[in-house]
Amino acid sequence: MSVYKLDARRLLCPMPVIRTQNKIKTLKAGDTLEVICTDPGVLQDIPAWCRINGHKFLSHETVDEEIILKIEVGED
Amino acid sequence: MSKQRKAVALISGGLDSLLAAKVLLEQGVHVEGINFYTGFCVEGHTHAIRKKGKDKVKRNNALWSAEQLGIKLHIVDVIEEYKDVLINPKHGYGANMNPCLDCKGFMVRKAMEWIKENNFDFIVTGEVIGQRPMSQRKDTMPIIARESGANDLLLRPLCAKYLPETKPEREGWVDREKLYDFSGRSRKPQMALAEKFGFSEYAQPAGGCCFLTDKSYSDRLVDLWKARDDDRNYEMDDIMLLKVGRHIRPKPHFKMIIGREDGENKFMSGYKKQFAHMYATSCVGPLVLIDGPATEEDLALAAQITARFSKGRTEPSVTVEVTDAHGVSKLLNVAPLKEHEILAEWQV
Ligand code: SF4
Repeated sequence: MSVYKLDARRLLCPMPVIRTQNKIKTLKAGDTLEVICTDPGVLQDIPAWCRINGHKFLSHETVDEEIILKIEVGED
Repeated sequence: MSKQRKAVALISGGLDSLLAAKVLLEQGVHVEGINFYTGFCVEGHTHAIRKKGKDKVKRNNALWSAEQLGIKLHIVDVIEEYKDVLINPKHGYGANMNPCLDCKGFMVRKAMEWIKENNFDFIVTGEVIGQRPMSQRKDTMPIIARESGANDLLLRPLCAKYLPETKPEREGWVDREKLYDFSGRSRKPQMALAEKFGFSEYAQPAGGCCFLTDKSYSDRLVDLWKARDDDRNYEMDDIMLLKVGRHIRPKPHFKMIIGREDGENKFMSGYKKQFAHMYATSCVGPLVLIDGPATEEDLALAAQITARFSKGRTEPSVTVEVTDAHGVSKLLNVAPLKEHEILAEWQV
């Protein structure tokens, strides 16, 4: 169970979703991915993407206009 | 029991692709969605730009469609490969800069590559004969199937009855009798089917799936290419900035992008490092980016135009902070241009 980070700052939706998807493909079930973004659209799109694809959206927090989302990778 | 077949459905976020995928799910086919991000998709990023509609959070309709259907969605970044489709469309453009026929062929070809890599059996699209003047005609449908290399692995469930039998029908993976015969521009049959499936809310994009069907967007794109001596290559930033602000080209070699509201100003401020830019400091006014090699004299004219779009437009003089392309800033006191001095032909 490792924790990974992904920098998706300055990318506009759906690019942060695409980067998250591609990163998660390389991870194992139970791993955690922290995605750091600046487009507020991710607050809508990343949880939706997680619901659809069987990953667990753990949390989000905004610090200085940067949004940090945490995702637990689900079974494929 | 026969093997459950797997189809990938092109999901644009609109009603037709939603229905096409649902028709297949109803027949017991395993369906997953695929969505291609060209950079021009209406679904992307506009919520990052404008404040308008802030109350209503903009959703990504492709993700929303997949959620309604209960299927996985794979979003594929095709920005780089799409450049060739847009710059050199074999079948030309539609009413605006939309290369729909080549675009559809390209997307189905990408879907074809995807099904090979992922061991899926066939491809589904929501196309309807006669719905769109360019890509969805009876005579162009075989072109998409042929040029994409998908041939009879491409099934269009909403108008399948008008088209030759495909492999999924022939092999009994799907029941042709339970497919549809929709045609023409009327949306009534789709709406009735949506009701039957219990979809009460769905996206109805007016033009197409992308900004390239939009006239003013296309005009700006053509203007950009012209200003670059017909060098049609483009970067993501170019595509994005064509969506933002008011565009004014006072001279052939430079253009001003003028923020129309706070949301746009904020978005554009992310480009300040890359562009010469300016804004009024003696009063409230927009952020303006300068695209193209502007001289001192050009920047002075741009400052007068910037003043025109500030709250100080009726004042004799407005102070404008001008930062050139090297990041060097200075203050200029300028007389705002009069309304009639902003020529109609400058507007892009
Ligand atoms: S509207 Fe845009 S995305 Fe849709 S087929 Fe035409 S060019 Fe492609």
